[in-house]
Amino acid sequence: MNIALFLQMATDACPDRCALSHDGQNYTYKELFAASKRAAVKFSSADCKYVSLLDVSSPLVPVALMGAAMAGIPYVPINYRLSEEQIGALLERIDPAYLIIGANEGRYTFDNGVIQSSSDFMNDVFSGDDVEIDWHEDPAAVAVQLFTSGTTGTPKAATLRHEHLVSYILGTVEFMGAAEEDATLVSVPPYHIAAISAVMSNIYACRQIVLLPAFDPGEWLRLCIEHAVSSAFVVPTMLTRIIEELDQSIIDPRALTSLQSIAYGGGKMPVPVIERALRLFPHVNFTNAYGLTETSSTITLLDPDDHRAAIDHDDAAVHARLGSVGKSLPSVEIEIRDDQGKPVGPWEAGEIYVRGPQVSGEYEGRSVLDAHGWFPTRDAGYLDDHRYLYLSGRVDDVIVRGGENISPGEIEDLLHRHPAVADAAAVGMPSEEWGEVVALALVEASGQQVSEDEIRAYIREHLRSSRVPEVIHHTSELPYNETGKLLRRVVREWFQIERD
Amino acid sequence: MEINLLKPGTRLKSAVCGAEIMIIKATDGDGLSCGGAAMGESPGKAEAASEKMHGCLIGKRYVNEADTVEVLCVKSGEGSLYYNEAELMTKDTKKLPSSD
Repeated sequence: MNIALFLQMATDACPDRCALSHDGQNYTYKELFAASKRAAVKFSSADCKYVSLLDVSSPLVPVALMGAAMAGIPYVPINYRLSEEQIGALLERIDPAYLIIGANEGRYTFDNGVIQSSSDFMNDVFSGDDVEIDWHEDPAAVAVQLFTSGTTGTPKAATLRHEHLVSYILGTVEFMGAAEEDATLVSVPPYHIAAISAVMSNIYACRQIVLLPAFDPGEWLRLCIEHAVSSAFVVPTMLTRIIEELDQSIIDPRALTSLQSIAYGGGKMPVPVIERALRLFPHVNFTNAYGLTETSSTITLLDPDDHRAAIDHDDAAVHARLGSVGKSLPSVEIEIRDDQGKPVGPWEAGEIYVRGPQVSGEYEGRSVLDAHGWFPTRDAGYLDDHRYLYLSGRVDDVIVRGGENISPGEIEDLLHRHPAVADAAAVGMPSEEWGEVVALALVEASGQQVSEDEIRAYIREHLRSSRVPEVIHHTSELPYNETGKLLRRVVREWFQIERD
Repeated sequence: MEINLLKPGTRLKSAVCGAEIMIIKATDGDGLSCGGAAMGESPGKAEAASEKMHGCLIGKRYVNEADTVEVLCVKSGEGSLYYNEAELMTKDTKKLPSSD
């Protein structure tokens, strides 16, 4: 069991089909397979413990991933947006590594590892003689190590073994399920789990990948049209920006005739944004995917039929499903537990636990699975009567006011529906009286003004009075990371400063 | 009798055609055959049984009736797959929308 199998099978079945388009160049499966084998030989002969990539997306992403798998060495992509100091600290943790580094990524040194520029590596692997390599089929070997985004402290290194990734792909993707003319637009950065799963699942489906290394909504639309793109994955902020771009540009959404499906995930999608998208693209199938790095990507799906039913339906419960992340994959089990670790019933909020063959729940050899294989996600949420899952934020983000648990999500979801509010973030602020109280950062919609009293009255009217914010901070923008995750730590700091 | 238990990930080749499979569920490897001949990690050539040549297809998962045996065909071939003389069937999987 080795993820390199996916590329080998695709190459066997359709060697000359286009696997990847990037910057005007096309690469067939045969070419990617040959390049990956040459890469594997380089990695194997370089006495290193990791293969690392510090660069934007390029054809080297599948080649480094598959080449490392063939060589039996863990692949560790690094977030190039981190500071030089943070990157240096991560590189220290993986030395000796074979590091492939982009031209714009600064200068780093290793005590023992090998450093090669992306352009030299490209030249080496995409030319020369064919090489043969026998790879190991050890299911327990580490395929990928991903540093989590570290929104709450030092990045943790999540370990994904071949068995987890292979289970995920075989369980969710039909081999060669794509038609020759299908193409998918990949704009997530290579260090994100969504990029790893995009490479594997589209190779296994034999679907052409069109790479957009630096997301830009205009460029995204241009590539969609130029490559007759049929599917795409976006994070919520990307979808918001694509919609804004369409509002301002002369491109008619109907010109995107090839586009059949859009999957989204990686952060919470505001309901008004997805409602808007469904109306703008009535013929596109939307899928919401929820997953974590530690679960080899997707564990629940809100499928296109759910989306259509929600938008067409008057029944409030069905309509509310637009705010859900859907139902678990057939091979994945989900359970909600209270803070004593006891499973709770439908509509009761608690921590989301997950179990299945794709779930690793392991950090650098330290497993956090319980005795029965359940992984505590640290995400809070609840299930409805039909087992649709709703997220209410990270467990650690729950605001505890006088012993009462308040999920920031319920306040934010309400405010997203207020016409004068563009965005909102609720966080806990220390209080002598209550332990914690609600503090709110608010972005007004353009050209709109809303008073603090109005906001407080609106929240009091729809939610309980404990949800009414003690402090409201107006801001022009909330801090998000590049994959659409709200940086609550930063928002919390705003209120620390205001108090001091 | 000792069972030749094959771990998930093990690859076996057909002795009668180009077919190759990968074990998904741990299986008694001696029970697996293709086109009437035992499969192995590097089997010698064998004579095909003409009535056992309906083919197997790359990317399809094959299971037995009891769902105790599961293999993935990783290279197509003319031989069909058997476990203890019972022909394996393709596994029906629920089609999921693409999420990556």
